[in-house]
Amino acid sequence: MPWDRNQMAARAAQELEDGMYVNLGIGIPTLVANYTGDKDITLQSENGMLGMGPFPIEGTEDPDLINAGKQTITELPKTSYFDSATSFGMIRGGKIAAAILGAMEVSENGDLANWMIPGKLVKGMGGAMDLVAGVGKVIVVMDHTNKHGESKVLKECTLPLTGKAVVNRIISNLGVLDVVEGGLKIVELAEGVTEEELRAATQATLVN
Amino acid sequence: MKKVYGSAGEALEGLLQDGMLIAAGGFGLCGIPELLIDAIVESGVKDLTIASNNCGVDGFGLGKLLDTKQIKKMMSSYVGENAEFMRQYLSGELDLEFNPQGTLAERMRAGGAGIPGFYTKTGVGTVVAEGKEIKEFDGQDYVLERAIVADVSIVKAWKADTTGNAIFRKTARNFNPPAAMCGKICVMEVEEIVEPGTLDPDHIHLPGIYVHRLIQGEHEKRIEQRTTRPAA
Repeated sequence: MPWDRNQMAARAAQELEDGMYVNLGIGIPTLVANYTGDKDITLQSENGMLGMGPFPIEGTEDPDLINAGKQTITELPKTSYFDSATSFGMIRGGKIAAAILGAMEVSENGDLANWMIPGKLVKGMGGAMDLVAGVGKVIVVMDHTNKHGESKVLKECTLPLTGKAVVNRIISNLGVLDVVEGGLKIVELAEGVTEEELRAATQATLVN
Repeated sequence: MKKVYGSAGEALEGLLQDGMLIAAGGFGLCGIPELLIDAIVESGVKDLTIASNNCGVDGFGLGKLLDTKQIKKMMSSYVGENAEFMRQYLSGELDLEFNPQGTLAERMRAGGAGIPGFYTKTGVGTVVAEGKEIKEFDGQDYVLERAIVADVSIVKAWKADTTGNAIFRKTARNFNPPAAMCGKICVMEVEEIVEPGTLDPDHIHLPGIYVHRLIQGEHEKRIEQRTTRPAA
């Protein structure tokens, strides 16, 4: 059985180490916060906050307190606030240990596309280009194939790039892959997924 | 010098011109200058270029200026779920210059800090870097990004004293300080104007030197994504 959203998030949480400052993207990456256990992880929200807390209890929502996905959130005793220029200063400056984000496509040399489909869908890159260029480690969490069953793990991205050679690790519903010299290396298979299944769903070059 | 004005319309008096560049603070609908946006809608000024991370949502915030077709060009990082923004862009009615969010913030900060441009690794190898100078530093490529200096900036703070010393609240700070800094004239709206000496000088987020005109008003503060957890 391939991993579901929560299992992918739980697997991604294993990448995080005590004391890390981390930025989580919108969607499945947001769920990673539910699986960090006892580890002391500080979440950065690029709209200007370190030490992001959980969603507020109903009735206590504060319109002045949102995350980068525009969702209402809460603060923690360790929270600090700052402006957008300072926020991206710490991102660009390499102070954030890791970013976990979603993707439309990833290529075998670590290129990432996740911000637009020309002529169809215009989302915008938001802070993703800054994050992938600046943080210590870029971890992509996504389904291995799109809704038409086509691989999202490609030899080359077809969509406009968010960053070139920026991805370090892919955690998909089928397993974990690292970007290495010459292609992608299978690090782990999701429980019940065979290597043949993962290979069949991967267009990119797989190396040993 | 008097900085406090009676209304958003009065504060913008004599500042608005067709075709001008306006920098706006706010992230999504958080910390946006609601009252000044409404006054710009009211003024009918057109062919605006607006530097702002987002363009509000359909029918609220800067989205109102899309509805009235007063915007010619947006300099933004995120369109998101704003259907009218996407429609106008895809149909070619609206010019859209995509900026990585951190690059947009730094372009504004630089504009206010007398730095005409800066090199960043953000966007190297993507469409964002096309047509721009690439320079290598210590073996890594960086792209030259130009500063933004706006004709007018419109921002929102929580509290300010009558000299414009301002304090923001939580994540409503976001783009407001850099947007304020990059304006030749900055107009700020706040929830409360207080007398000088009321705010602790050590707690000022934006010194009044960046703020030229100031108004106080009521804010709707609409929430874009209301997310909650059950009470324990």
